[in-house]
Amino acid sequence: MPFARLIPCLDVAHGRVVKGVSFVGLRDVGDPVELARFYSDGGADELVFLDISATPEEAVTMTSVVARVADVLEIPFTVGGGVRSVEDATRIIESGADRVALNSAALADPSLITAIADRYGSQAVVISIDAGDGVVHTHGGRVATTTPTVPWAIEAAERGAGEILLTSIRCDGRRQGYDLELTAAVRGAISVPVIASGGAGSAEHVAAALQIADAALVASIVHENPTGLPGLRREIENLGIQLRPLKDGR
Amino acid sequence: MSDVVVVDYGAGNTRSVRAALTHIGRTSIVSSDPSSIRDAEFVILPGVGSARSAMEHLDRTGASRALHERFDGGVSTLGICLGMQLALETTEEDGGVAGLGLLAGYVRRLHGERVPRLGWARVEPWGDTYYFAHSYAVESADAVATSDGVTVAVRRGPFLGVQFHPEKSGPAGLNFLERCLSPA
Repeated sequence: MPFARLIPCLDVAHGRVVKGVSFVGLRDVGDPVELARFYSDGGADELVFLDISATPEEAVTMTSVVARVADVLEIPFTVGGGVRSVEDATRIIESGADRVALNSAALADPSLITAIADRYGSQAVVISIDAGDGVVHTHGGRVATTTPTVPWAIEAAERGAGEILLTSIRCDGRRQGYDLELTAAVRGAISVPVIASGGAGSAEHVAAALQIADAALVASIVHENPTGLPGLRREIENLGIQLRPLKDGR
Repeated sequence: MSDVVVVDYGAGNTRSVRAALTHIGRTSIVSSDPSSIRDAEFVILPGVGSARSAMEHLDRTGASRALHERFDGGVSTLGICLGMQLALETTEEDGGVAGLGLLAGYVRRLHGERVPRLGWARVEPWGDTYYFAHSYAVESADAVATSDGVTVAVRRGPFLGVQFHPEKSGPAGLNFLERCLSPA
């Protein structure tokens, strides 16, 4: 098995990182490119960019962010938000992203998963699921659908999703730990890897998630202290989780 | 130093490979032109997309023949991920596709605990850790390295193929590319 992955998630709106990043050492905390490089140097295994402003007019802005990030980043990154068609996926992947994350568009038209996977491979398709009370939610977790979470994860994987990004609405933003029960239920039902998301408040929380999931998404815990990423990695490793060895800075 | 030619096969992320080359001080062009591919000092066959459309594109543009000519002439080519898999005889992907046949062996779907195999893993006997993202893997008599028991590098003559993505593997990946590109 590959090493467990630690994945900082950056919310981007109008080409800028929008929330929660506080760090005086960066010239421009809102610049996705500078922050991406900073996290990469700090030992992030991957990055996720979520375009929370995603509208058709914003597509061009996000594409240019993706291209600029790809030019400086030597670790993989996923882009989500606003991916509603094969053309959107093409635009983002050919600008240099490794993977696209789909959420409501895949729910509305599950054949989109297969169409993108056929073109770029399953490893390029992440299905993002916002889960609460046993069902999938849309609109950033505000609207409940009638689609049950676990069967949707199974269907997404069968249709070609290469990874599930699973966010617990109940835990997200509360910093009380990930929803381990939900994560275990989804991961146990499918054979593609799972990224646990929502609730990281400490290294213990992340380590507990990584006992179950293949990767853990982290947001405020790193954004509030970007220089703390290497320390967070060490703490997680001290709790018995093997992360990839970081050698020689370049 | 001449430009590195990154082979274009229609779909795929050539931008990251080119960015990595820039980081190690090399210029590159993206091309499917047979004579550029045949005559380049170094060629990279990158890896995103699907096997069938990639092979069709290589055949249609004449890039396939140019890759064979380089190989026969003993000139170095690096295949990355799908770019390595295409160099073998056949692949199971897309219902079965004939590859370039530069190297012995075939490509099979992975049957590990989690597929796709995603993330950073150590490569033996080299010892370094690189980034992987694959659902298929090679089985070849030309294997030269493994990771978690899976063949992840093959070499025959001037062709080296790797399953991992050196362009996405941080400093270790850049060092790997630099070693590939430096004259023996």
